[in-house]
Amino acid sequence: MSIRISQIDKTYGHKGSGRTRALAPIDLDIRDGELIGLLGPSGSGKTTLLRIVAGLEQADGGTIHFGEREVTQVHVRERRIGFVFQHYALFRHMSVFENVAFGLRALPRRQRPSNGEIRTRVMQLLEMVRLAAFAERYPAQLSGGQQQRVALARALALKPDVLLLDEPFGALDAKVRQELRRWLRHLHEELGFTSLFVTHDQEEALELSDRVVVMSNGRVEQIATPDTLYREPANRFVFEFLGDVNRLEGDVAEGRLTCGNASVSVPGVEPGRRELLLRPHEVHLAERSIPAAHLPVTVASIVPVGAEVRLELEADWLEEPWLASVSHAEFERLGIARGRRLFALPSRLHGFDAAGAQNVALPVG
Amino acid sequence: MIRIGDAPGVRRLLIGVALVLTALFLLLPLVAIFAQALMGGIDLYWQNLSDRYTLAAIGLTLLVTLLTVPINLVFGVFLAWLVTRFSFPGRRLLQTLIDIPFAVSPVVAGLVYLLLYGRNGWLGGWLDSYDIQIMFAWPGIVLVTIFVTCPFVARELIPLMQAQGAREEEAAVTLGASGWTIFRRVTLPKIRHALLYGAILTNARAVGEFGAVSVVAGAIRGQTNTLPLQVEQLYQDYNTVGAFTSASLLALLALLTLAAKAALEWRAARRESLA
Repeated sequence: MSIRISQIDKTYGHKGSGRTRALAPIDLDIRDGELIGLLGPSGSGKTTLLRIVAGLEQADGGTIHFGEREVTQVHVRERRIGFVFQHYALFRHMSVFENVAFGLRALPRRQRPSNGEIRTRVMQLLEMVRLAAFAERYPAQLSGGQQQRVALARALALKPDVLLLDEPFGALDAKVRQELRRWLRHLHEELGFTSLFVTHDQEEALELSDRVVVMSNGRVEQIATPDTLYREPANRFVFEFLGDVNRLEGDVAEGRLTCGNASVSVPGVEPGRRELLLRPHEVHLAERSIPAAHLPVTVASIVPVGAEVRLELEADWLEEPWLASVSHAEFERLGIARGRRLFALPSRLHGFDAAGAQNVALPVG
Repeated sequence: MIRIGDAPGVRRLLIGVALVLTALFLLLPLVAIFAQALMGGIDLYWQNLSDRYTLAAIGLTLLVTLLTVPINLVFGVFLAWLVTRFSFPGRRLLQTLIDIPFAVSPVVAGLVYLLLYGRNGWLGGWLDSYDIQIMFAWPGIVLVTIFVTCPFVARELIPLMQAQGAREEEAAVTLGASGWTIFRRVTLPKIRHALLYGAILTNARAVGEFGAVSVVAGAIRGQTNTLPLQVEQLYQDYNTVGAFTSASLLALLALLTLAAKAALEWRAARRESLA
């Protein structure tokens, strides 16, 4: 079921006291069967948007359609959504079985399945979340990951058109989170429901979503596939929010940026005071400078983690140190140690101004 | 390093003082009540109990309690629901107003009701023209008792419902449950213990309320005397044994209340250790 959100806005607070704009008018089209991540820092309005789509909160204006059905004024009870809460919100006094059966038992008498049918359906769902053996347990007796799986089974019991998840893995530890993510992706592909989930974790959004909606201050900053988002961020906020960022500030003249004793060629960049950004993996290191880039740095610290070595680079032309990640092979080839003097060779530089994004590729081998 | 009160001497002294004070102020009076009531032997005790006016007082007290407890249960749940689930201007004020019956002396409460509902009062005059008498009759007693005991249930529920939040109710509504279903299957089981506890406290106070009731009851023997009023009247008549006989009933009810409260707390503690 597709979801069409148009011109939805929301302001909190009573008249007189402080009013805060939670959502500027927002438009968003979600295709049938898509898995969409709403990504943003806290206070960006992503949870508010999700709760408005669910019907748990009322928008001040705008419309929401599920497929061809307008649901703007439809009560949450009749929207046919499944909702998963960050802290599970399981019914603590009911067994796992009764939790999952709740929605079926709450149906009006005419639509309610028989006890036998409820039993079959619930056990099927518990089988799916691999918790059939825990049917008679109470929520407090389960781990966080298990509770969230119960919450998912409960949300799916009524075969909702749309599944909404509010920071579904936020309260879990890293390993369980990873596992549940993969599992949710799998479930989504198998059952084909349309889902919208909220997260503040970039990695989670990029890994799980078909498309990511980046939000800040109640506005949509960019809607794109994870790949596009990472490679071609629409603005500075998106670029900075999606990962670690190095800054380079200097004066540009005749296609070359100069900053103290450092300089780098930036073809196509307008002259004047400019700030350019780059990611740690876009910083390469060499023993000699090249004509296009003369950026002398000193290795300040070394952190070997996983597949890469993370370095902190210092220089007197830099206000704050740069981060760089290099392969172990590269690390050994250059004989990197603390205090070693090297030259940084950026493979890409990103500039953002009011006019939009500008990406400069440099010929670094 | 010795923590404060950790020295054996100090500890023994403190425990001793606590025990002596408990015995002196709590236990001794309780024993005295039953001793006085049974002074004339068990036959006299029964005779006093089955006195026409005492029986009437017991009946009236039961009636008042049976009306007050359910009314305040509903009212308390309603109020706690309102205060914890909705945000509206004046919510904080309402939360403060709930405590008025605790803050104000019951005698004052009685007087205010007398002013309002008495024959020359603002509402009383109007009611009188329809031949409805509130003051110096059982409706007045029920009214002031409701007033005096109305914070108990809400006071028990509000902090609990605040701590529990509304997430479970929200989950229930996304699953299509109606308001009544949500209350019955989600909210009520969560607040059951606090509700019962509130009811026990309300009950204890409703049975024992003296100040407010004495103002509005008018002490008509056999008609508007509740048990506490009966105790006082018998005592004023120099019928000490009779007074203590009625008092022993109240004391017995108090003990039952305490037992029920202890049982509830024990069950709650056990549930916690199991979970």
